[in-house]
Amino acid sequence: MRVLVAVKRVPFTGGKMVLAPDAMSLETKHLGFTISPHEECGVEEAVRIIEAHGGESVVLTLGPPEAVEQLRDAMALGIDRAIHLQTDGGEWDAEGTAGAIVEAIQANEAASGPFDLILFGNESADSGGFQVGLRVAHALGRPVVTGLKGMKVESASVRCEQETSDGRDVYVLPLPAVLTVKEGLNLPRYPSVPGRLRAGRKPVATSTPARPKARLETTRLVVPAGRGRRAELLGSGPSAAPAVVEMLRSIGVV
Amino acid sequence: MAPVLVLVESAEGSLADVSLQALTLARSFAGGEPLEVLQIDPDPGAAENLGDYGVVSAHIADHEGIGSFGPDAWAATVIQLADRISAGAVFAAATDRGNDIMARVGARLGLPVAVNCIAISAGSPITLTRQRWGGSLLEEALLHSPRPLVTVAMHTVAIERVAGSKQVEVLHGRADVNERDLLVRPAEHVAPPSGGVSLAEAKVVVSGGRGVGSKEGFAIIEELAGLLGAAVGCSRVVTSAGWRPHTDQVGQTGTKIAPDLYIACGISGATQHMAGCKGAKRILAINSDAEAPIMVNADYAVVGDLKEILPAISAEIRKAR
Repeated sequence: MRVLVAVKRVPFTGGKMVLAPDAMSLETKHLGFTISPHEECGVEEAVRIIEAHGGESVVLTLGPPEAVEQLRDAMALGIDRAIHLQTDGGEWDAEGTAGAIVEAIQANEAASGPFDLILFGNESADSGGFQVGLRVAHALGRPVVTGLKGMKVESASVRCEQETSDGRDVYVLPLPAVLTVKEGLNLPRYPSVPGRLRAGRKPVATSTPARPKARLETTRLVVPAGRGRRAELLGSGPSAAPAVVEMLRSIGVV
Repeated sequence: MAPVLVLVESAEGSLADVSLQALTLARSFAGGEPLEVLQIDPDPGAAENLGDYGVVSAHIADHEGIGSFGPDAWAATVIQLADRISAGAVFAAATDRGNDIMARVGARLGLPVAVNCIAISAGSPITLTRQRWGGSLLEEALLHSPRPLVTVAMHTVAIERVAGSKQVEVLHGRADVNERDLLVRPAEHVAPPSGGVSLAEAKVVVSGGRGVGSKEGFAIIEELAGLLGAAVGCSRVVTSAGWRPHTDQVGQTGTKIAPDLYIACGISGATQHMAGCKGAKRILAINSDAEAPIMVNADYAVVGDLKEILPAISAEIRKAR
């Protein structure tokens, strides 16, 4: 079995959004970076599928040279190899991203055989376009289900549990298929020290696709206006309890 | 310009509020052009009163195989109708389904899709504002597309009715769906586990973060939640540590909630978390750090050790009864 998981490098934003001077990106000088949360679960799932069924797992990202850190993180958890579609750090829109990923998948499959499963996060933490996985599936002519909180690979199919407002819808798709996953699908493991050491020696295939002109073209980012006031302090320590209950009573909760 | 088509969803026999919000934004985008809706899920009557929202035609797509959902079939149905009425733009609410279907429509038509928009103006190019980071950041963008495909962020547009409501023309038509588009369909539905207060619908939520310290530390959160008839929530740190299941997580990648009161205990207020609870009417923060980011997002605050404060509040509530 071959499984591909696509990930995106995004900053840890902490308590507040600060923009770079040109207002086209976040100021990330003081921020760490991570794999977008839904995709961390995609990586974990890919590792588990290969542990259970044998085969090869591949992680792919489109991002700046530094995004190799996120590829190494995924390989430290057990992913076998990586594909890095290297950019100059400028943002790609969803159509451009999907197009470059499709080309990379087709090239990899021509050389190494088809992927039975291709996993994406349901949406990226930062731009949140909800569409790269669906566009890739359409271009490859493969079935796709989004928003998965559960999956089980059977011999030639995959059982998928999609979260809905009133429970879960279950889909059974034939392989090969494309799936987009949500955090909560599993609890990702922590990397081991030997895992980290092995990750440094695993292969990363790098290429530099050309960025097409964006048809959804960002002109600037804006931090939404906050409330502009601090919370009303009801007190400090346990002696604040009567004031809290008084507040709860005033709003009808007690 | 041409008609603007809105894909609507129903909820419990009437049109979902989020669809009415999407209709309101679509109407302002349409200017004077006709507003038409497409309803695929079978909830007879849901579209009848849409004259109040400026709708002139409601298209009801019938197909026994897709009423309960089938994303490819729904996307194909949207495209067929958009082509038939020569729709100039297609809108939907940015629900999980709305985003899924519009992305499929965009992929099939080879067009961009603008997701989670809160404002949009017609023109060439179209200008819009959309949410990023679960609403913690906004993006202003130009959309270069002959047929804009747009989803409207939930609960960001106030529903507006029109003066002088007109009768809606209700048109039933059979969706023409091929076999291939019926491949992706739910095989079964699993109901959520019963018992307890649903986090998404609770009027009060008591939530714990890193400051709770351990899995066992949630006993005092559960005690207060029990007294208030509240649901228990938590932050992402807590689910990553395995102290609570992911179903309890409030945040950008967890559950988005809109209770009357949110009690955040030992939660610093990272943007990831606030994206999930910014719909709360009121927030009470209980935190040892008076400078934590949550203090500028909360309405009320108590500073100190939650391990002392929560039992004191629970005792005070018992005393008051």
